[in-house]
Amino acid sequence: MARYSVGDKVKVRAAFPPTPPTHVRTPHYIRGCVGTIERICGEFGNPEELAFGRRYGPKSMLYRVRFRQADVWSGYDGAAEDHIEIEIYEFWLEPAERENAA
Amino acid sequence: MDRNFTARGNHDMGGLDGGEINRDEHDYALWEKRIDAMMMLLTNKLQIMTVDQLRKGIEALPPDAYENMTYYERWIASVTNTLLDEGVITADELATKMSAIEAEASEVG
Repeated sequence: MARYSVGDKVKVRAAFPPTPPTHVRTPHYIRGCVGTIERICGEFGNPEELAFGRRYGPKSMLYRVRFRQADVWSGYDGAAEDHIEIEIYEFWLEPAERENAA
Repeated sequence: MDRNFTARGNHDMGGLDGGEINRDEHDYALWEKRIDAMMMLLTNKLQIMTVDQLRKGIEALPPDAYENMTYYERWIASVTNTLLDEGVITADELATKMSAIEAEASEVG
């Protein structure tokens, strides 16, 4: 079951596991950023476990998350509608407050 | 000691200035194709290692090695370390085979 739905605001965990010896697929630059769930990609093996040859652990839901470039890069001077989309596993995401919540 | 566990992994360079991109086309050498084929066998047919293990091994290379080795040199370094880690080959077998190949190569000239 997917914890998040399309349109949900999520924050990428600001966890910084030391690499190496771990293997982490969440880019360093996106950690701590808030974005929106763009789609649910489905369940896949956890690369952080697969990296140690553990093939048969529980799968994790993968999402495509959409971020405003201006929220990712400080001093971004491109167009306001510029976005970046990154595929991120559920265990890297936490619920975020809606922007401009009423 | 000043340890910073929030540091970026050396390989994780998204957003940094990477300089010019070399867009020249190039062919693969036979040894490079062999490494690619070996990786396909190890991950798919034999299921001895995972692509994630390949990446972990590449990311574990010292920064100067990561910078200076070519693409498939990084692959074979990681594959070799993984096979040693998993006990698929021993250090002795590796050394014996490498000396044999070296001897063969010097005969050919």
